[in-house]
Parts: sequence; structure tokens; C-alpha cells
Amino acid sequence: MNDLEAHAPATLANHETDVDLLRELVSHLRANRTQLRQEWARRITEAQLLTAMSKDEIFKEATSVYDNYVEALKTGTLEALQAYARNLSERIIPRGVETHEVVGIVLLLRDVLARSLFAKYRSDFALLNRVLDAYETAANRIANTVTVGFVQERERIILEQQEAIRELSTPVLQVRERLLILPIIGAIDDQRARQLTEQLLRAIRTNRAKVVVIDITGVAAIDTNVANHLVQTVEASRLLGATVIVTGLSPKIAQILVTIGVDLTKMNTVGDLQGGIEEAERLLAYKVIPGGTKASQT
Amino acid sequence: MRSDKHDGSVAAKGTGLARNVPTSVSRETSVPIESDLDIVTARQVGRALAERVGFEAGELTLIATAISELARNIVLYAKRGEVVVKVLENGTRRGIEVVSSDEGPGIPNVTHAMQDGYSTSGGLGLGLPGVKRLMDEFEISSVVGHGTVVKVAKWRA
Amino acid sequence: MEVPILKQGDYLIASIQSALSDSDLVQLRDALVEKVGRFRSRGVIVDVTVLDVMDSFSTRILRDLAHMIRLRGARTVIVGVQPEVAFTMVQLGLRLEGIATALDLEEGLAYLDETGEKES
Repeated sequence: MNDLEAHAPATLANHETDVDLLRELVSHLRANRTQLRQEWARRITEAQLLTAMSKDEIFKEATSVYDNYVEALKTGTLEALQAYARNLSERIIPRGVETHEVVGIVLLLRDVLARSLFAKYRSDFALLNRVLDAYETAANRIANTVTVGFVQERERIILEQQEAIRELSTPVLQVRERLLILPIIGAIDDQRARQLTEQLLRAIRTNRAKVVVIDITGVAAIDTNVANHLVQTVEASRLLGATVIVTGLSPKIAQILVTIGVDLTKMNTVGDLQGGIEEAERLLAYKVIPGGTKASQT
Repeated sequence: MRSDKHDGSVAAKGTGLARNVPTSVSRETSVPIESDLDIVTARQVGRALAERVGFEAGELTLIATAISELARNIVLYAKRGEVVVKVLENGTRRGIEVVSSDEGPGIPNVTHAMQDGYSTSGGLGLGLPGVKRLMDEFEISSVVGHGTVVKVAKWRA
Repeated sequence: MEVPILKQGDYLIASIQSALSDSDLVQLRDALVEKVGRFRSRGVIVDVTVLDVMDSFSTRILRDLAHMIRLRGARTVIVGVQPEVAFTMVQLGLRLEGIATALDLEEGLAYLDETGEKES
């Protein structure tokens, strides 16, 4: 993405004549500001873009995009527009605005403006051609800047969220030497279950844990896949020499587990987290972790 | 971007180079399977190739283990055959494909063989359902008296 | 590649040094089952730390080994299974049921000491 940005030239005009033409363009766009942005907002609504926003909001954003657009044409530089695009993206991404909508509205503005230029210069075909040449180049770079800005912002937000979720969703806590607690909260899907298992196994190794308490009080529902993952986690932990105690199975989850026929003999379960920790302490005090998978407590 | 087919033609196929393991891994490598030593070679070659594709440690183990199971089936049931590993590219996605083929007796009932716990040799079974679980894609074709081809693939997450 | 088997007190320690072929593993099993009687050992530790793959065959041989050692009057601990290997094993449906496991050699020795004390 940074590559794209680097390739985009910092100025919009390449020739002296372009500068003159752009100046003329700018005054035309300023003179027709009200009518053109209304037309643009109308087209946005008509194309069913930005549906997450109200008509007023669309008009307000359209106005500031329009002004920034004209400003970019006037100054011939893209920095201000880049900053604006980023700021705009930051505001509209949480509203659920999609990439295709941003591309759509930018192309619509390009179209609205080109039509008005055509109407104005159509009597002088040669001049029209030159105006459109100058406008096309500038408009394309502007469209590119806005779209790239949006996509970059979106990627940044997604990365940030992924990071936050990863940290939140896998808190492997060491309570005391040899004892880890893994409280699982929220929905578990296949991928998260896999991630949890991998993290737990690594934590067992780094912390030299002998007992792990997995507390699923905060898990509302469970499906066959996730239940199997849970059983697999228990078994994989044992292969590393650690005993797993599962706590906090709600009546509903207990019912699901029984219904789908998960082999409960492989699971060492205790009612709640506190009971689980007490059981863990007991196991650690003996210093002997039974080799078999048969749970001595039910 | 080069196509997979094209890549295949530049690969050092059947040269036996693979036996010297993983220093010269090309985009596609074939490992002849004739004895239990070749099982180790096949999974080391596959692992090295998967590492170059950028798979994580956990995934490398899954891939190497799947190759081990497939190569062992060749040794156990067909005596000889080959395992071909190659890099997959699909747009921005990258992955690895493993094809094991032999001209052994074939599997009489593939549906049975794909059920957990099925075995023809009184052992742990063909391990095919397990291999399927480890990989993203799994295809098998087997003709009694002619042989078996198993094609599996895994894509980077 | 032969696996060195060390005798330490009452125990035998087999520390695998590199990837093993099927026949290496079978050889290791037979050697341990034989030596455990010859040295009158009470425990056997198999260190699999360096193994990056444990497939159905190696799992079966290790399981057979542990059961055979048990029949010969001693106990077995498998130590050093790597997290990725453990994860793959359970996905393949491979278990080491009824066989003791420990994090590493040190833990394995501690396990044998403790279980030994409890028995005597």
C-alpha cells in the first residue's frame, strides 16, 4: 500500500497549460458548488451508496469532500486531500462503509463534474478536449488518493482489531508455579479453539506447568467441533505431561456434551473455578500426576 | 506469475537428488518411496518446501506428519511408489500440494478406508481420515490391481 | 541411526538424537525391552524432544514399548513431546493412553522417583 502512495505524484499538473486550465476548472467548480454537490449527493442516494448514512450526513460529507477536491485541484498538491481521506475513512469505517462504496462515490463525483465541464465547453470542441485532458489526469489521481487512503485506513483498523482480539481471547494466566489458568470467555469457533490450544500448549512448555485449569463459565454455547477441540486440548496437554481440569460447565453445555456423545471419561471436571484451583493445588501437593487419563474425581 | 503446470516442467523430477535432502528444494520435488528410510526423506523434503512457502511451525508439523502417513501407506501396501510435493499459488494465496502414488494392489472400498478405525492390516488403519483432518484438501482415487493416488493440499492461513 | 541407551541407577534413559526411521524405532523398542531385564531396571525414559513428527507408526511403537516394559515389570515415561507434535497427534486421533508423559527428562525422572516411592 505504501508503494502505491509513493508512486502517486505529489502534484497534479505537469505543464504550464494544465495549470491555467486547472485554474479555470477550479473557478467553474466554485461557481457551481451548490448545484454540483446537490447533484452528486442525489446520485449517491440514487445509486444506493453509503446506505449506512442519513441524507443529511451524506450531503455534509459530500460538501466537505467536494471542497477538499476543489482545493486539491487548486493547490495542485495531494497532501491535504490525503490527510482528509484518512480522517474521513476513520469516521466512516466504523459506520460500516465498504470499499466499493468509496470507489463508487468518487467515480460518481468524477462523472458529475465531467458532465458539467462538457456542458460548459461543448461549443468549443478543441478547448473541451484540453479541459477534459487536464481534468481526467487530475481526477484520476484524486480518486486514487482517496481510495488508497480508505483501504489503508481499513487495513490498519483490521490489524489493530485482530491484535486486540488475539490478546483478549487467549489469556493464559500463571497463578502459581506449575499452575496455569485459561478462562475462556465469549464465543468459540473452530479457528479460535485451535488458537487457544496452540497457545496453551506453548504456555505449558514455557511455564513448565503441571496442571491447567480451563474455565468455560463464560462460554454460552458449544458445538460438536468446539467440544472435540476441548477434548483434543485436554489430550494434547497430557502428551506434554500436564493434567487439565475443566471447570464451569453450564447445565446447557453439559447437556450438549452428553447429547453429542463427547467422551467425558477423558475429561477431569470440577464444578467451578475455585473448586478447580483447589483440586489443582491438591494434585500439585502430591507432586505426582497420574499417568493414565482416567480421572480419579468426578 | 508462473502457472503450476509450468513449474512442474522445471522441477527435478525423479532424479533422486531429493534423497540428499533439503538443501536443493525446487518448487516441485519427487521422492521415490521404496523403504522406510524414504518416509523420513519425503517428510523432510516436504517440510523444507513448506517452510519456504512460509508455513508456521505448527502447520509444518501437520504437513510433515501427513506426508509421513501417506508415504508409509506406500511402503506398507504397495512396496514402492512416489511422493511429489509442490508449491501452490492461487492469486496471493500460497500453499503446498502432496501427491502420493503407487501401482500397488489398490483399495477395494475407498468409502470404508475413509472411515475412522478402518484397517486392512490389523494395525491402526490407513490413517487416511487422519490425513484428511490435517490438510485442507483431500482427493483419493484407487483402482484395485492398478494402484492408488492420494492428492492433498494445505493453504497458508 | 542407533539410539543411545544410558543406564542411570535404576533407570534406563533412551535419548533420541535425530529423526528415526521405522526400523530404528523398532530396534529401540527391542533393545529397551531386552535391557530392562538385563539391568533389572525399574523405569524407562524415552526422550522424544527432537522428534518433529510422531505419526501413527511411531505412536504405536511407543505404546507397544510401554506395554511390553510394563509386562517386564518396569514403568515407562515418554518425555519431551513438542507442543506442535502433540497438537498434530490429537488431530490425527493418536493417543498414548495409559502411558505416563512428562515435560522433559528432569520431570520424567521426578515422576519415576515419586511413583517408585509410593509403591515401595
